[in-house]
Amino acid sequence: MTDLRKVNIDGAELEVPGDYTLMQACEQAGAEIPRFCYHERLSVAGNCRMCLVEWVGAPKPQASCALQVKDLRPNRDGSPANILTSSETVKKAREGVMEFLLINHPLDCPICDQGGECDLQDQAMGYGRVGSRFDMNKRAVDDKYMGPLVATVMTRCIQCTRCVRFITEVAGVSEIGLASRGEDAEITTYLEKSLTSEMSGNIIDLCPVGALTSKPYAFNARPWELEPTESIDVMDAVGSNIRIDSRGGRVLRIVPVINDDINEEWISDKARFVWDGLGRQRLDRPYVRKDGQLTPASWDEALAVVADKLGGDPESIAAIAGDLACTESMKALNDLMDGLGVKNIDCRQDGAPLGEGPRQEYLMNTTIAGIEQADALLIVGSNVRHEAALVNARIRKTWIHSDLEIGMVGVPYDLTYVYDHLGETADALETLLKSTKGFARKLKSAKNPMILIGQGALTRKDGAQILRLCGKIADKFGMVREGWNGWNVLHTAAARVAGLDMGFVPCKGGRGLAGILAGAKDGSVKTIYNLGADEINEDLFGDAFVIYQGSHGDAGAHRADVILPGCAYTEKDALWVNTEGRVQMGFAAVPPKGDAKTDWKIIRALSELCGRTLPYDDIDALRKKLFTDHPTFSGLNHAPGAEGAADFAPAKLGAAGKPLKAPLKSAIGDFYFTNPVARASQVMAQCSTECAPIMEAAE
Amino acid sequence: MTRIKQFIKAALFLEFIKAFMLAMKYFFAKKPTINYPFEKGPLSPRFRGEHALRRYANGEERCIACKLCEAICPAQAIIIEAEPRDDGSRRTTRYDIDMTKCIYCGLCQEACPVDAIVEGPNFEYATESREELYYDKERLLANGDRWESAIAMNLKKDAPYR
Repeated sequence: MTDLRKVNIDGAELEVPGDYTLMQACEQAGAEIPRFCYHERLSVAGNCRMCLVEWVGAPKPQASCALQVKDLRPNRDGSPANILTSSETVKKAREGVMEFLLINHPLDCPICDQGGECDLQDQAMGYGRVGSRFDMNKRAVDDKYMGPLVATVMTRCIQCTRCVRFITEVAGVSEIGLASRGEDAEITTYLEKSLTSEMSGNIIDLCPVGALTSKPYAFNARPWELEPTESIDVMDAVGSNIRIDSRGGRVLRIVPVINDDINEEWISDKARFVWDGLGRQRLDRPYVRKDGQLTPASWDEALAVVADKLGGDPESIAAIAGDLACTESMKALNDLMDGLGVKNIDCRQDGAPLGEGPRQEYLMNTTIAGIEQADALLIVGSNVRHEAALVNARIRKTWIHSDLEIGMVGVPYDLTYVYDHLGETADALETLLKSTKGFARKLKSAKNPMILIGQGALTRKDGAQILRLCGKIADKFGMVREGWNGWNVLHTAAARVAGLDMGFVPCKGGRGLAGILAGAKDGSVKTIYNLGADEINEDLFGDAFVIYQGSHGDAGAHRADVILPGCAYTEKDALWVNTEGRVQMGFAAVPPKGDAKTDWKIIRALSELCGRTLPYDDIDALRKKLFTDHPTFSGLNHAPGAEGAADFAPAKLGAAGKPLKAPLKSAIGDFYFTNPVARASQVMAQCSTECAPIMEAAE
Repeated sequence: MTRIKQFIKAALFLEFIKAFMLAMKYFFAKKPTINYPFEKGPLSPRFRGEHALRRYANGEERCIACKLCEAICPAQAIIIEAEPRDDGSRRTTRYDIDMTKCIYCGLCQEACPVDAIVEGPNFEYATESREELYYDKERLLANGDRWESAIAMNLKKDAPYR
């Protein structure tokens, strides 16, 4: 950054780093440069020629995206090179480019889904000629099949190759390419197969024209009629920032919002296309089981039944919070259970042995952006690509741009980058601990080594032992020190970190998940309050009376004796804590379905009937109490990262013992079916049948 | 002087005669009143009356659900919902015009890229209830079918001036 160069843009001289492109320099000078192929997060292609600027003295206009400032030769008198961004030459050059593009681009804007948010449409307003000088036929291109998510109208393509570059560079699967050249050039999926990338939806946003559009959203709406709400995604524990576009109380699409610390500019397909699940299988009124049959009931009736059951012996009552429960509802339930004297509470429906140690124990301390500083990474029992697609994208980005060494213990998955496979079972961890060669040497010599532990390694019976082993490795290879914390637990549930942060774990003498389910079996636990935990097999609840509060009619609701209809994540204002421990605020985009109510309000109403009225009447009061009780929640958008790393001793985590011989597998089976919203979505089901078999074959 | 003028006018009944002549002129002139509804006045080809959705000659509806009319409508009287039809083409599933909101400005037909929504020559569609003025797609297409020849004629007559 010390290499500053002077350049004269539109008559004003300014100093910019030499490795800036001319386009960046022009933007810094306040000039707007039109472009189609250039994208900040992709490699430079320089093939659309829309960004032409005039370099005074040069024989031809220059593509500003592909020319670096340090390559500009000063004028003969030594003064900095003169660049003009809005001269007659530039305007004429850009108009020429636009005319060439419009030779073959069809004028079907009225039926094109990109209409209203199309780069070509916008720039044609500035650089388009009034009439056409081309009186021959436009070329036509066959549409390609890209799977159930991306609709193609290839005649509209202007060959900017953004999609090709994204799929190859960021997503890491070479499935789209540009075939032929000249007028015959076309973007193609080589084999007419579904894209297998879990991030393929991003090419819809990248496409500057309407060649690639969203299939599930086809013809649904125009951008100007949508109401945008910026919120947080809950399909995984990454906490991607999203914008929910709704109209008339229906979510119509979800698109990413730029956040360089988390998702950059991308989101996973599950986050983007799950919205059709928000309109299906919804619980829109309370139900009470009568004579073995769930029958519709009024709120008063359902709440009275629940209050009656919660009035029983506190020892026989338990509460479980699921993966999509918001912070507010967990806080309210936690406080209610406290008031009732119930000790059997758990937010870990997968049974991971986390939450007993300090906060760093269960966080991704390196942070997602921090991965870029790492130079050695050990992945333990995780298919990062499916558990947290954007963390995987960040690892791939770091792997491409630096000498990141990656090791992997567990079942090998196709993670889109090359890694040393150290073994399938936990034995490999023990070997690594003793070894000084191979990957151990790489870890030892690394400056910023990190370990990434998947839930697949922790939710097993020997999770605590594996945690201890990983802790020893982190300790041995100096992964945790002042200023650097390489200890990372990768969560898959959006609600987990918030639950652990507020202590939604068994109180002293209380039962954890295993204890609760054992109690349900032998009859000592009679009532279970299930706050959206749908991943537990319904048979395990035994004869217990199950109160289910959630948004979708999934496994939990099938087994329930009383159903209290709550909100999905798009319908409530809520705090979410991602796997880094970053607290983010989500906002309601649409109202709740039918008679459903905001989750924390249901619990608040219930507390009144139980005679243990919670001391908050609105969400601000609830949050105030939450911040007082657990100050970590008050630091919005802040990830702790390496804070307090010096006092954190990973070697003492978990429990001593010999781990099992079984291979370490990923915690999630089908990427497209990890939660009730996704399971209700038809698009996800289509993806699962079309893309998942290919993904498995690839792995 | 003015007094003398006034005296002469009054003495000769000049003003009375002038007024009487005017009355007689209109008494014998051709009557502008027409025997509505049996007779009707002339309409400009640009007359903006009741809306209609047109079809192509082969029976295919013209509207492609581009939603430009919905966007431009200053009274927000138009509501459109769309989805892919079975053959994959872009079509509306709902096309409602609230005729009580409509201000008959004609911007919808100006915006339409395929001449699908037009304001036809019909102005006789008074109803007995408000609800009957909430037009749906079916009603608008039926209007189009009923008025197609007149609408096509008007568009043709107006074409040279566009």
